[in-house]
Amino acid sequence: MISISHVSKSFGTGPGRTLALDDVSLDVGRGEIFGVVGQSGAGKSTLIRTVNLLERPDSGSITVDGRVMTDLGERELRIARQGIGMVFQHFNLLSSRTVQANVELALEVVGVDRRERRTRAGDILDLVGLSAKAGAYPAQLSGGQKQRIGIARSLAARPSVLLSDEATSALDPETTRSILELLKTINRELGLTVLLITHEMDVVKTICDSAALIEGGRIAEQGRLVELISTPGSRLAHELFPLGDVPAGTTGTVIDITFSGGSADRPVIAQLARDHAIDVSILGATIETIAGNQAGRTRLGLPGSPQTNAAAIADLRTQGLLVEIVTGDAA
Amino acid sequence: MNDTSDPKFWSDLVDVLIVGTGQTLYMVSIALLVTIVVGLPLGVLLVGTERGGLFASPFGSRTAGRVINRVLDFVVNLGRSIPFIILMIAVIPFTRLVVGTFIGSTAAIVPLSLVAIPFFARMVEIALKEVDPGLTEAANSLGASRWQIVRKVLVPEALPSMLLGLATTVTSIINFSAMVGTVAGGGLGDVAFRYGYQRYSTIHIVAVIIIIFIIVQSLAAIATHFAKKFARTSSDGGRVKAAEALELKAAAEAR
Repeated sequence: MISISHVSKSFGTGPGRTLALDDVSLDVGRGEIFGVVGQSGAGKSTLIRTVNLLERPDSGSITVDGRVMTDLGERELRIARQGIGMVFQHFNLLSSRTVQANVELALEVVGVDRRERRTRAGDILDLVGLSAKAGAYPAQLSGGQKQRIGIARSLAARPSVLLSDEATSALDPETTRSILELLKTINRELGLTVLLITHEMDVVKTICDSAALIEGGRIAEQGRLVELISTPGSRLAHELFPLGDVPAGTTGTVIDITFSGGSADRPVIAQLARDHAIDVSILGATIETIAGNQAGRTRLGLPGSPQTNAAAIADLRTQGLLVEIVTGDAA
Repeated sequence: MNDTSDPKFWSDLVDVLIVGTGQTLYMVSIALLVTIVVGLPLGVLLVGTERGGLFASPFGSRTAGRVINRVLDFVVNLGRSIPFIILMIAVIPFTRLVVGTFIGSTAAIVPLSLVAIPFFARMVEIALKEVDPGLTEAANSLGASRWQIVRKVLVPEALPSMLLGLATTVTSIINFSAMVGTVAGGGLGDVAFRYGYQRYSTIHIVAVIIIIFIIVQSLAAIATHFAKKFARTSSDGGRVKAAEALELKAAAEAR
């Protein structure tokens, strides 16, 4: 649905020139929620703004819904943008317009007549749960309400793609959750493809199907979450299941086991203790629902001899579990 | 001649003041209208042709944008630097061309507009620069055209600030309109000059001052009222604060 291909973008000239995006390629499938995570300054904001060409890339191409955005003339680009909604961190609502009129702006731009504007804006306000506030001004709304209006505006022209530029970063955790839920609902009910950028791993965990990690303007890793989880050494997976560092003074072998899909509800650890007679100790554990699947990671201390440990680990691996050795000699 | 016991003196005074006020209001309102019609787009162009602006590259050429910006900026600066009395004389040929004569209230509208346009254009420029660039970006993301962005986003959002700028502009037009009285432009300035200065009538001077004071104050009050009405910058409690801040700003600009 969205295809970013070898896109580079730099700002400034001469020695002050910074490369914000360095040969970035991404593919977002139809109907997917795709999250790009990264620290501030990693280039994620620039990346999302190249998709609707608010930022024109220096090189590379962008394709959205079969249209090569980077080849479009000014007029065609405006029409293409009407099919791509965008939500902003600071909402960017017009203070001079009521909630209803803010949503209608998207339809005025497209050229929808007054009566239809009214009904369509009303329907969308219903969808975001704010029809009671139609006559209010943005100044009278809370942050979460403003973002709902921002979302309503972005959806008014019935786009097929929604871009979300840190939509929840200015909101408290409670409101963040409700906005994410709304995005998920929209994705499901309207079949909208969503590309979002965020610095919060929680956002990815809660709603994304796929994710990419961006660092210093480059994509360090990308893929479907269910696959990333079972990819050895995946940094995104580690970010999703933060187990922290191994405490100093830990002896023996320490391993991380990642459970996903069917293995999540099997009594793996009890079996391990029974079959290999190891006094397994649990050093840390986390279970999350990721992309609709139960997944978890457990950190175990194996106090046995290298041979027993190795046999135990081999056994775990034959069960299809992802085992990563954190410390210790058993390979 | 200044015999206040003569009933004719008072009825003359009233007649003279009515005519003078009428001429002043006529000059000021037409000049104001011209100022808005020309100054508003000029202000939009001043901001728009800056780097990264909406009209940064007219006809696809950044050079054209830069040239337009420089020229407009120069013209505005020039207009604002020339003392009004000199401007008034300098544009006489132009006034003649437009109006047919350079004497009288109608002719005075030309220099009055010319002095107010650059002033108001700067006010518009300042007001537009205060609009959050995020709003332009949001409108762009919706696929809005430049013209739609100007009409639906920039101007409505800058309106409160522009209204206060307009109040300051109208004050200065009234100020200059008194000066054209000295060169046969008519109006209250003319009354003050002919009766107050040439015939030593203090009553005429005082009356003119009072009338001008009332005009300026009521126009300022109207502008502030609407500026407040359109300023919806924060929640209700904050709206009052924002309006107060606007008022202070207007007062500072007027000085």
